[in-house]
Amino acid sequence: MTESFDVAIVGAGPAGISAACLLAKKGVKTVVFERGEYPGAKNISGGVLYGHDLAQNLPDFVSRNCPIERNIVESRLWYLAKEGGFSLSYRDRIFFQEKKYNAFTVGRAKFDRWYAEQAGKLGALVVCGTVVVGLLRDGRNQVVGVQTDRPDGDLRAKVVLLADGINSPLAAQTGFRPEPKPSQVALAVKEVIELPEEQIQERFNVDPGNGVTIEILGAATQGMNGVAVIYTNRKSLSLCVGANLSDLTRRKIKPYEMMEDFKEHPAVAPLIQGGKPTEYMAHWLAEGGYDSIPRLCGGGFLIAGDSGMLFNALHREGSNLAMTSGRFAAEAILEALEKGDFSRKGLQGYLSRLQESYVCQDLKKYRRFGSFMENNPEVFASLPEWAGQAAREMLTVDGIPKKKKQRVIWDRLRRQISLGRLLRIFWNGWRSVR
Amino acid sequence: MKKKVEDKLFLDRFRVDEEPHLRIRDGSVCRDQCTDQPCLYFCPANVYKMEKDHISVTYEGCLECGSCRIGCPYLNIEWRFPTGGYGISHKFG
Repeated sequence: MTESFDVAIVGAGPAGISAACLLAKKGVKTVVFERGEYPGAKNISGGVLYGHDLAQNLPDFVSRNCPIERNIVESRLWYLAKEGGFSLSYRDRIFFQEKKYNAFTVGRAKFDRWYAEQAGKLGALVVCGTVVVGLLRDGRNQVVGVQTDRPDGDLRAKVVLLADGINSPLAAQTGFRPEPKPSQVALAVKEVIELPEEQIQERFNVDPGNGVTIEILGAATQGMNGVAVIYTNRKSLSLCVGANLSDLTRRKIKPYEMMEDFKEHPAVAPLIQGGKPTEYMAHWLAEGGYDSIPRLCGGGFLIAGDSGMLFNALHREGSNLAMTSGRFAAEAILEALEKGDFSRKGLQGYLSRLQESYVCQDLKKYRRFGSFMENNPEVFASLPEWAGQAAREMLTVDGIPKKKKQRVIWDRLRRQISLGRLLRIFWNGWRSVR
Repeated sequence: MKKKVEDKLFLDRFRVDEEPHLRIRDGSVCRDQCTDQPCLYFCPANVYKMEKDHISVTYEGCLECGSCRIGCPYLNIEWRFPTGGYGISHKFG
């Protein structure tokens, strides 16, 4: 490939394609490299996308036949002990009509493919089955293109946007982002379980087209810092369970066994009963938060999405940060093209946009959340077990006076955890999210 | 009944690259220095298995998460993406 482009984008995920859509709309010569057989072939998320961020790029995404699985009308939060668990849920009329597609589930192999097709229709060139293995630089060390694993695979571009995801050997190799430490990523496994559409509607109490998300803390991750989810798709459920990689390493727990145990929990088993597993996948989640974000632009390059560690672990938001950071990157590239300045200074508009938007403001707000989870393991282990036992005790009718039960419950709590420590956990927790 | 990881991987679609994309750099490090050998546990595809005198690498079923690259205590695993278009292809994602 001796052809040259204005912009080369690495990765056809939400970040890269969002940028490609905007650039192509403005007539900028844009190429996107995707290492998978098709866009989405390598991608996973729990499966929730947000209409707001998608609409900023494609206001008519619904009429363009976006492969939406279910519109989310209810969010549940579970706190599980080994044998039981608490459930809190919120459903709102506004999400049925007025704010429809505020959040919706997708299968990323279908969604990313569709999204890339839209970028193609707008004029971007999407090249699949191609790994970007290095970057071309000029004498001043400015990035001036990419090296791919194709024969004659060098391609020159004025700007390169790295949108190649959290697992990016390229970022590490170029020194643009250090390799994450095991404590900065969660390793999640996902299973897709097929069920008849009507059965999903019955089990989750929703109409056709609507769905539910469940976020789960506690025993699902066997006391490790992590989270599990169950999301409804049209004809399947997405089950994910993930834990901090350093916890998994230390505890020697096999992720696929953790998934099988999760599926047997009394709160989970009836939801998936009779279902047929159809796919099994694994992926990282960026858990380092605001303080792990690398320098997001430099001479001739920008970094967007997961690749730049833009992930809000508390609110399970990632694909929206990817879409919005991709759009901001494209806007900054347009400015740079106009000025003819592709240096770090010329691309600076990207950073100011991120800083002024919810992307950096949210990540900053929760910058302590990751270390809170890491340093307060009781939240995942002894507290849910204790709370479960307490509820079990109080709900069991066996002739024992309630006062006596309460005393037993409090004694048990104090044996496991001091009052000071308990207060500290609540204080730290509040501080990490306020 | 609990499903084995082999059954799970059987659900996936792989286009296997002839050239392995994972390699243990120095087997003696695993044998002589690495006491915990966490790769035998955390790998979600059970790529790393203890054989009689070495750890085998069945890269064919790799889910490409990258965990072994950063989780190996001796950073003893050489890791690259499979050639473009090879490796796992998600059906639903």
